[in-house]
Amino acid sequence: MQFDPFVIPFNIGLYFILIYAVVRSVRWFSNLSRPDKLRLQRGFFGRAFGQSLKEIFMESLIHRKILKSNFRLGFMHMSLAFGWFLLILFGTIEADIFGEKHLNAPYKAIFFKFFNPDHGRAGFEAAYSFWMDLLLAFILSGLLIAVIKRFSSKVVGMKKTTRLRVLDKVALTSLWLIFPSRLLAESFTSGAYGTGSFLTGFLGSLLASFLPAQQMAYPFWWLYSLSLGTFFILLPLTRYMHIPTELFLIFARNSGITTGDQPGAFTEIQTYSCSSCGMCIDACQLNFSAGITNIQSAYLLKGIRNNENVSDIAFNCLMCGRCDQVCPVGIELTPIRMIRRRAGETEPVQTSIWKKYLPDRLDIMPVKTNGKTSYSFLPVEEPAKTDVLYFAGCMTHLTPAIGNSMVRIFDASGVNYSFMDAGGGVCCGRPLMLSGQDREARELINFNSQLIWKSGAHTLVTSCPICYKVFKESYYLDVEVLHHTQFINMLIEEGSLKLNFLRKKVVYHTPCDLGRGSGVYDEPKEVLKHVVRLQNTNFENEKSLCCGGSLGNIKISYQEKNKIARDTAAELTRENPDILATSCPLCKKILAGATETKVADIAEIVAEAITVPMLKKNTPKPASCLRKNVIVY
Amino acid sequence: MNKHIVVIGAGVAGMEAAGQLSNAGFNVSLVEKDENTGGHLNGWYKLFPDRRRSSEVKDYLDKLINKDGIKVISGTTIEKLVNINGIFSLETREGTEMTADAVVVATGFDLFKSSRKEEYGYGIYDNVITSSDLEEMFRKDKIVLVDGRVPENVGIVHCVGSRDEKVGNLYCSKLCCITAVKQAIEIRELLPETRVFCFYMDMRMGGAHYEEIYREAQEEWGINFIRGKVSEVSESIRKKLIIKAEDTLAGRPLKMELDMLVLMAGMEMSEGGRILAKSAGLETGENRFFASADNHFGSNISNIPGVFYAGTCTAPMNITETISHARATVSDVLNYFKNRS
Repeated sequence: MQFDPFVIPFNIGLYFILIYAVVRSVRWFSNLSRPDKLRLQRGFFGRAFGQSLKEIFMESLIHRKILKSNFRLGFMHMSLAFGWFLLILFGTIEADIFGEKHLNAPYKAIFFKFFNPDHGRAGFEAAYSFWMDLLLAFILSGLLIAVIKRFSSKVVGMKKTTRLRVLDKVALTSLWLIFPSRLLAESFTSGAYGTGSFLTGFLGSLLASFLPAQQMAYPFWWLYSLSLGTFFILLPLTRYMHIPTELFLIFARNSGITTGDQPGAFTEIQTYSCSSCGMCIDACQLNFSAGITNIQSAYLLKGIRNNENVSDIAFNCLMCGRCDQVCPVGIELTPIRMIRRRAGETEPVQTSIWKKYLPDRLDIMPVKTNGKTSYSFLPVEEPAKTDVLYFAGCMTHLTPAIGNSMVRIFDASGVNYSFMDAGGGVCCGRPLMLSGQDREARELINFNSQLIWKSGAHTLVTSCPICYKVFKESYYLDVEVLHHTQFINMLIEEGSLKLNFLRKKVVYHTPCDLGRGSGVYDEPKEVLKHVVRLQNTNFENEKSLCCGGSLGNIKISYQEKNKIARDTAAELTRENPDILATSCPLCKKILAGATETKVADIAEIVAEAITVPMLKKNTPKPASCLRKNVIVY
Repeated sequence: MNKHIVVIGAGVAGMEAAGQLSNAGFNVSLVEKDENTGGHLNGWYKLFPDRRRSSEVKDYLDKLINKDGIKVISGTTIEKLVNINGIFSLETREGTEMTADAVVVATGFDLFKSSRKEEYGYGIYDNVITSSDLEEMFRKDKIVLVDGRVPENVGIVHCVGSRDEKVGNLYCSKLCCITAVKQAIEIRELLPETRVFCFYMDMRMGGAHYEEIYREAQEEWGINFIRGKVSEVSESIRKKLIIKAEDTLAGRPLKMELDMLVLMAGMEMSEGGRILAKSAGLETGENRFFASADNHFGSNISNIPGVFYAGTCTAPMNITETISHARATVSDVLNYFKNRS
């Protein structure tokens, strides 16, 4: 029986973390809602299982997403995760093949060299030692980058890296010590016995030439075991909890579980899956344009994990969704932020260190409102029957050029439409939702829903992406909701809107709520390609910038919003286009104040391109899909 | 004294400064970007508080600069200003150069571009005009809508581009309130049947005789002053303007049909001034106007010795203040040369 007291710290740590992972997983599973439990069960025995394994390999080990966006940072993560994985895998195989017997306790694989110092002299054994040295070198190269990143984040191509707490620092130090102490322990042992490959062998003989290698090795084996044990014991209290949690998250996500709008176990799992890698910080315009560096998603999740009052952080966000796009773990950051907004102010909770190992559920009670909200003063309207309803929205009323253009387009297309809020209407409800007041928003939604239902329309067209998102997601109506760019694109494809080509160079700014928020990327560009020459920018589709005027942020000043607007406008007008086009009245208004370039909505550009004979009302051929009968339930 | 001074801008401040510098014995070149001197004065018709014609002030200024010691160079824009050991070299857009021993910057202001407040519909609805468009109408003695009809209800919006964080102008332009009151009275004089509504945030009647005119507007001319800004403007099928506002004194939202809407555009640092500030390294304040060396006793002095300010390039001012400010430049220029020799 090969045993030495120094393996005890490692053994304690390993068995602790294994048992802990099981306990925590069972708790998370039992906290899932019933439908989510069923999803996970079905996923575990279905296709999701294979998908999850593939995703774990690609993202948790290889770190493909980070590699694609930032090679140096990706290499760092890959060498530590994938390298360590391979080291364990091949270490286990090594112990199995070359050890005293098959199926060894884990410590024998980890400390193989200590128990088999003579191993690796020649032939296949030497080749295997070479491979193990190569893996260690691979990890150490990543570790070197990590150490440099901690002191100078620019080296790995990051402008900012996350700030750490004390426990994180202790855990980080023990993590950093693991591989150098393994290197030194193995080198001394190799030096004493004249074994080891290019790394441990070379370093070992070098050290042995002026140090008593035999005596030096033992303390480093202790250090190696201690740092492993410490790291495992502290792991649940630190951000490294993301390592086991992420596995659970990937299974849950592939089984079809989503965040939704209520807090719950899945939100909690995502909160613990954040590795604080800091990619969201670099993507955040509040950081690189307005210089606000303490509210990004990594800090929000850290605050939630530490039971702090994160209300200020939750509300200081443009809700542009850029961080959702770059998060390598795929955490639904914006929905989680919305859930925190609904919670309002929360009391910070102080808990003992022991309590943190099994924290209470991160549930948040919905805010109790004082008094009753009522919009009973709103006039009851009897709308005329129509096929298509146009809802301009309040922002379009503040940018009348867009509304006027839509009226011209409707008239030219011959569609039977009605301007729902021509004389001013009721808010769509999204601004209230963004400030966490769902109950109040629901009142407005009900009011508008009645109007839409009474009109008998089967299509609702809106000019404002903010309205579009809420109509699409939070109104339960049997109407097709279209943004006006989708509607115009349909008219063009149907042939009921004839347009001239305007000789203009145009860049397109994708509004957050239309693009990342609702997934409408192509139709606006298709429309533009019909009428103008569309130029590309460095910020297309998912990468698009926020104009800065977002309704989602009620914490920053106009000066800070203006800074973001000027930076965005400058980036988009780099190639000196004739027009900076967008498809959101708010973006238009904000960008127009931030650049000398003409800013126009797609509707304005299209209205300008309408061929003259089309302008007379009721052309004979309205879009066929708009002529279908209204289904009445 | 053979010192040569270049005055940039031949509006009220530039002309006054040039004339007084010449009186003090300097050689003066007066550079103007337009073909004519007079600047914004050419656009106004009658001036507050006494409603004298702007042409009378223009005549006074013309007479002041019409002398041998002043060379008027019009149609020329200064784009670069370099200081070489106390001698200034000025480069025009056309590429010609001139030198000066001292420079007086009198680049004035630009009117806020009202189309930037799209919710008011300037440039979208025909009958939404600015205060400066209305002056044009007064000059012709005729206030009509685009279709030739006489307006029955006219709205005046104060603070367009002033005291407005959203457009980045926190400051008060100071003259729009009194301009609104003056123009409201003038509309009533010309069209006695027309009703006039002023939408204001605060009535800032700080100048001489302003308060009296404000009282006269209410008591004698029956002009309605409503405290609250217009939020949005739309157009009805009959081409009437429908405005939405809030009467903050009554605490009620309000919707009104108007024939004409006049926007009281505020004052902004002129584009020429911005270009000059950048090329010469002249300091500007948060309001983007030139920053004077001292708020109390150095309002004509810039951060570059030998470069002086006159008039509204430092802050919004009325004509009275502009002329005083321009005259004060002369004593600063005299002190500058006295201390140098």
